[in-house]
Amino acid sequence: MSALLAIIGRDLKLALRGGADVLTLVLFFVMVAAVMPFAIGPDRPLLQKLGPGIVWIAAFLSMLLGLDRLFRDDEADGSLVLFRHAAIPLEAVVLGKMVAHWLLTALPLLVASPLLAVLLSMDPNGWGRAALSLLLGTPALTAFATIGAAVTVSLRRGGLLAPVLILPLAIPVLIFGVAIAAGGDGSGAATLVLAAISLVCVAFCPFAAALALRVSGE
Amino acid sequence: MTDLAAQPKEPNWLSRLAHPGAFMGWSRLAVLPLAVVTALLFALGLWFAFYGSPPDYQMGETVRIMYIHVPNAILSEGVYGVMFLAALGTLVWRHPLADVTQRAAAPLGAAFTALALYSGSLWGRPTWGTFWEWDGRMTSTLILFFIYLAIIALWRAFDDPGRAARVVSVVTLVGALDIPVVKFSVDWWNTLHQPASLTLGGSKLAPEMLTPLLVMLLAFSMLFVLLLLVSMRSEILRRRAETMSRQAAAGSEA
Repeated sequence: MSALLAIIGRDLKLALRGGADVLTLVLFFVMVAAVMPFAIGPDRPLLQKLGPGIVWIAAFLSMLLGLDRLFRDDEADGSLVLFRHAAIPLEAVVLGKMVAHWLLTALPLLVASPLLAVLLSMDPNGWGRAALSLLLGTPALTAFATIGAAVTVSLRRGGLLAPVLILPLAIPVLIFGVAIAAGGDGSGAATLVLAAISLVCVAFCPFAAALALRVSGE
Repeated sequence: MTDLAAQPKEPNWLSRLAHPGAFMGWSRLAVLPLAVVTALLFALGLWFAFYGSPPDYQMGETVRIMYIHVPNAILSEGVYGVMFLAALGTLVWRHPLADVTQRAAAPLGAAFTALALYSGSLWGRPTWGTFWEWDGRMTSTLILFFIYLAIIALWRAFDDPGRAARVVSVVTLVGALDIPVVKFSVDWWNTLHQPASLTLGGSKLAPEMLTPLLVMLLAFSMLFVLLLLVSMRSEILRRRAETMSRQAAAGSEA
């Protein structure tokens, strides 16, 4: 457990001291949403209707963009080799890195989401639903991102490939996330389904990602 | 204990057949007969589909698209099943032939999925009045198509085929989550696409339509086996050629 916390702490420290990566991602998230009114016209009712979808597209793209740094730096400086031979199983290392990644990429999005609610003229209730859906859905997105990053870690040009790999897998998350954010009938069931998807993905993904890291390191 | 270690285990028939050298031997002999059988089955199936079966009482002549659409749709999932098993073979037994099977099957699966989507779209226009609808089965089949394409892209990104096979296996196993979704989408979301008429338990089709469908299904399956064998052979030959050119390069330097 303390090893797990140490890995989470290490990643958080590295990211917070290493530069403005976190802020860039939040900036991207807000900018994607801010660009939408230019693309579809600043029509309030229309924006209100499309708001949940826009928030989710923005979150989706931000998560995909951010996934490259999950294992890339560790591979570059050799820490990944050490992790493979560490006393704790590689699965636990991956879980730790996943939690750190969620704290660094998903949590800032949640914090920035009220800003999006204002930009997209959502009411407080709508923002609440969108935030709840992000809270429930981003763990699954992080889990998929971890698999994508693990699979492409040994590729020099893995940057674009990982999003392409995990996008089709993550579509259910998008469907149920938007269903919660939009409210209406069935959003209660969607809440439960999305929570279930996230739980399963978080439980299952460290094993898949660790397997990918092992086989690509051989 | 020492006896066990001293005597090498006699390989069973399957591992003898799956030895890449032996595979190249028997697959060379199998290609021509398979091609003939496939061609005959297609001739028979197409004759049945166009002349030997009645038009549907609701859909009329367009029902004949079914004889192309349904086999392709079944194979789009079946090929993924083959890739899934081959992925297990790669990860568990480290068998080189499993690597080659995976690599050869992915483009074929993508092609079958594309044909299923395309023929379904052509069929949907006259019967449902639309080329495309975001219905459960169509959406999940489209996702399956994207997964195939992503797997092919991943294959092409690696330089080392052994490592590529192991990494792709992980993605194939994870991507297999979509297969049950495709299969049961018509039962879970009761939208536009009709539920399965053909199940292992029985068929809701009229017998005069069932026969051509089964013949066409068999024909497409044989086509898959044939194309799989041929592309596995060329993949093995390509690897051998690569090894030989590398050896030649090493020899010329020395």
